[in-house]
Amino acid sequence: MIRRCLRIAGLAAVIVPAVVLLIVALYVSAHAQQPAQASAEVKVDNFSFGPGTLTVAPGTKVTWTNRDDIPHTVVSTDGVFKSKVLDTDDKFSLTFTKTGTYPYFCSIHPKMTGKIVVQ
Amino acid sequence: MAQEIKDEMLHDHNHDGINRRGFLKCMAWAGTGALCVMQGGVLKSFSLSQMSQMGGKSAMGELSFVQISDSHMGFNKAANPDVVGTLKAAVDKINGLSTPPEFTLHTGDISHLSKPEEFDTVDQILKGATPRDVFFVPGEHDMLNDDGKQYLERYGKGAKGTGWYSFDKKGVHFIGLVNVLNLKSGGLGTLGPEQLEWMKNDVRHLKHSTPIVVFAHIPLWSVYPDWGWGTEDSGQALAYLKKFGSVTVLNGHIHQTMQKVEGNVTFHTAASTAFPQPQPGKAGSPGPMKVPAEQLKSLLGITEVNYVRRQHALAVVDSTLG
Repeated sequence: MIRRCLRIAGLAAVIVPAVVLLIVALYVSAHAQQPAQASAEVKVDNFSFGPGTLTVAPGTKVTWTNRDDIPHTVVSTDGVFKSKVLDTDDKFSLTFTKTGTYPYFCSIHPKMTGKIVVQ
Repeated sequence: MAQEIKDEMLHDHNHDGINRRGFLKCMAWAGTGALCVMQGGVLKSFSLSQMSQMGGKSAMGELSFVQISDSHMGFNKAANPDVVGTLKAAVDKINGLSTPPEFTLHTGDISHLSKPEEFDTVDQILKGATPRDVFFVPGEHDMLNDDGKQYLERYGKGAKGTGWYSFDKKGVHFIGLVNVLNLKSGGLGTLGPEQLEWMKNDVRHLKHSTPIVVFAHIPLWSVYPDWGWGTEDSGQALAYLKKFGSVTVLNGHIHQTMQKVEGNVTFHTAASTAFPQPQPGKAGSPGPMKVPAEQLKSLLGITEVNYVRRQHALAVVDSTLG
């Protein structure tokens, strides 16, 4: 019984690192073949989103950064997305895959509005 | 905002030294220590020096309470790196009032980021105030991320809906409202139909002579809609209060004192205990206003309210922390 356990343990010692190596290799090759993801920035500053309207291509990752001394949120008017509250220098990122217009606002200061156009 | 004032006292009918200039002094920005007394729907103003000549007793009421607002516990930026210290200074100010207030109203933005430890700190500091009871309404900073679940667990015992409630003290009817949830894109503060319906029924059976005090975070009058300083459906709420002879509306949110009288209603906003904000339209945004350290306490403060039954009067007094 003890001998069989040892044999299984020995086998595992060989197989587990091999599988891990294989996964790492697959991951690296998959990402090496992908072009760098397009990205865009929205600054949350002075109680406004800048730019107010941002136009991006599908697949673009948009990052909002709060530059104010006051917390803000990024909330889709149509309920498509919603960030947690962003304190000073906090970020919120989202990749837009489908074309369309995405209006949003700050749910704490609803006079702050913006729009992402994906085309 | 001066042009929005509808009721002005242009003449000194009573020869009591109150004229239009005195009235304007009463609505001066940010805690100049004016005493405003509402009598029969008319606002009267006295400077604090006149008040001391009147004698403390005559200025005192049968019910005295104090309002604080916008303590923003957790805020640590340049506009005030020590919001703990300034809230403690506000408590010292409350404890030093010549008429001990019976309770405290906190008109919201207790915390800066709705963190449990921020609420804990405020609760702990307010335990040092002589009035034992504190009545809260939430600010938008108190209901972040969870639509007010934590706020209601802490402060919402016996409250309805998202935290609204009413109570009576010495013949004065108090109504605490919530206007910081479910805000719509591009819009202002919102009370919502459920809360309005509750309020309508809450005041339905009250006598017209009952003095009413309404308190909520965002102003219930249109202070400056471009910055969101107003409440979409406050007109409906005020319509339910038309029959009452004396209505006092106490708000926070705008971090500065401001007063307006419209018919039977006196609107008043309290200073913050944390940091000042700019006068409407006087800056690019309503963000925290940085002032020299030695000026800060002159822009923060507390508000004392006295009710005198026989005089049918509610007196609202702002005093600064320094």
